[in-house]
Amino acid sequence: MNLMTERSLEKAVGDKMNAVASTNKMKGDKVSVFYGAKQALFDVDLDIPEKMVTALIGPSGCGKSTFLRSLNRMNDTIEGCRVTGQITLDGEDIYDPKIDVVELRARVGMVFQKPNPFPKSIYENVAYGPRIHGLAKSRHELDEIVESSLRRASLFEEVKDRLHDAGTGLSGGQQQRLCIARAIAVSPEVILMDEPCSALDPIATAKVEELIDELRQNYTIVIVTHSMQQAARVSQKTAMFHLGNLVEVGETEMMFTTPKEKRTQDYITGRFG
Amino acid sequence: MTDATFNSNVAAVGRPVRRDIGIKRRYAAERRFRFYGVAAIAVGIFFLFALLFSVISNGYTAFWQTTIELPVKLDEKLIDPSNQRATNPNVLLTANYPLLVRNALAEKLGVSTTDRPAMRDLSKFVSDGVRNQLREMVVANPSLIGTTQTIPVLAGADIDSAFKGQINLDVDEANRKVSNRQVAWMKELADEGVMRQKFNTGLFTYGASSRPETAGLGVALVGSLYMMLIVLVLSLPIGVAASIYLEEYAKKSRLTDIIEVNINNLAAVPSIVFGLLGLAVFINLVGLPRSASLVGGLVLTLMTLPTVIIATRAALRAVPPSIRSAALGIGASKTQMVFHHVLPLAAPGILTGTIIGLAQALGETAPLLLIGMVAFVVGYPTTPMDPATALPVQIYMWANEAERAFVERTSGAIIVLLLFLAVMNIAAIILRRRFERRW
Repeated sequence: MNLMTERSLEKAVGDKMNAVASTNKMKGDKVSVFYGAKQALFDVDLDIPEKMVTALIGPSGCGKSTFLRSLNRMNDTIEGCRVTGQITLDGEDIYDPKIDVVELRARVGMVFQKPNPFPKSIYENVAYGPRIHGLAKSRHELDEIVESSLRRASLFEEVKDRLHDAGTGLSGGQQQRLCIARAIAVSPEVILMDEPCSALDPIATAKVEELIDELRQNYTIVIVTHSMQQAARVSQKTAMFHLGNLVEVGETEMMFTTPKEKRTQDYITGRFG
Repeated sequence: MTDATFNSNVAAVGRPVRRDIGIKRRYAAERRFRFYGVAAIAVGIFFLFALLFSVISNGYTAFWQTTIELPVKLDEKLIDPSNQRATNPNVLLTANYPLLVRNALAEKLGVSTTDRPAMRDLSKFVSDGVRNQLREMVVANPSLIGTTQTIPVLAGADIDSAFKGQINLDVDEANRKVSNRQVAWMKELADEGVMRQKFNTGLFTYGASSRPETAGLGVALVGSLYMMLIVLVLSLPIGVAASIYLEEYAKKSRLTDIIEVNINNLAAVPSIVFGLLGLAVFINLVGLPRSASLVGGLVLTLMTLPTVIIATRAALRAVPPSIRSAALGIGASKTQMVFHHVLPLAAPGILTGTIIGLAQALGETAPLLLIGMVAFVVGYPTTPMDPATALPVQIYMWANEAERAFVERTSGAIIVLLLFLAVMNIAAIILRRRFERRW
């Protein structure tokens, strides 16, 4: 396995220590997802550790995005989609009828595959979330939230002179960081990322990965990725999906060095997928 | 198999031999198709120009009206011979005002007031509309009686047509509508500069009249304005609300499928059927007054709704799903998503659809015939409950008239209607350009 550099190996070992101490932020228990009559996910048990990056990998159509989307109930918007089993956030069942899905999505934010800023100004993009959730009492407070969110998304320095220009006028990588800033602005606990770098060039990808690594200090992150290297670089825990089943889950370092399952080994060495 | 063919087969392994698939034929087909396209567009443009040419060449004269500046003596002996206007105001209403004008004209042209045939020709020389014109003047200001005022009076319809050169003067006098004597007067007055063509403001202010020179689009314009306001106020909110519900909230089911199919079908229902529906429901059942622009507006609303709904749904559907996901992903509720993000992005499309629906309604005639808007309405409707006509209905009514002056007014009214439609369509384009956002 040549994927891991010495440095990241050391880091991963350190993370392993963290992982032991960490508690689980979200828990999936026998999660199955159906699109109409077709079952897309089979009895997945997966825990998401707090303040760590969990990577979901696997070939296309394996159900990793489906699992991700069921963590903040974005699947609800798809007609005919049904989720069984239990997913908890801090021990609370998120599919409980008493749970307000709007509040859930404020706690579990999402960044999408394709950068999708609103066709509004950069400022408005970030300010929208705090505004609808009533997070700022004054204009001044809102300005502060916008600035700190953009700073945390390492975008502020690049856009501080044109906060009121259209968000859609930024480059692809900047747009994606804007989307991350937008997600951060509502102070979520968990951030879901659905292949956030697949539409970006390597330089923009590096920036976003660096950002993910920083965000891990404050947020629990779940990332779906097609890139083995990316999973190895940014995550502490990796889950491998195949054909709707959770094949193997473990610490990233273990997964990439000594996978237990043959399918995992074949996939990460590029023999299929 | 010879060596040569063998070698060429070897070559074919690297680069397969291409079959002749008729490149020339393909290019020819492409050229042919382009020609058909250009021809189709040329035919369309030809007919458009033919239409515009015929309407404008027939109609532009309707915007001009022959008037005669005449010093009219408001003779007390003729208006109020027994001086009782202080006690009986009706005297001023019933006075013979055309006689005053006739006498003034006779004096000007040196015709003896006892020459009866000449006086008859003279009375046709000016429009009978002067009766109203002078009456209003005198009633508004009775102190004018006894003075001489220079008043622009309208020429009679036939004189107007002759003055515009629309009546062939080579025809034998017995067979034409203007006599030689009138033609001579016309020349005399024109040379003096008293008789000339002025912009026809009456076309836009007068109501219905059997005299073409005092017939105008005033009532029709007001009626059409009322109806457009009613259609806009009703069809935009109802249509947008229905579309948003169907597109964003309703779960797909057999019922929504049926509704969808029926909305599409309603858009294709002949408009006269909506007229019958309006007659049965709004007039017979609800008991709203006939000929009222309120009923017209309601009927046109029914007709416009499917157009607005179809356009709005298409506009909503064109908003990319990524915007919806983005809004939901940061915890916006569905309603917030729709009103903060989807609707603003769909607004240009909705506005365009609505304006095009309105333009369609503005030009609609058939349903209005059935609810009694083909009416002879002289006075302006003060509310939408009063009888009124509409622009296309006025065109329809004038087209049934035989007089030359009505023919030009029919085309003139068509020009006015087309101008309104053009303005609305240009507004639709400008709104779409201005508010369109890219993502």
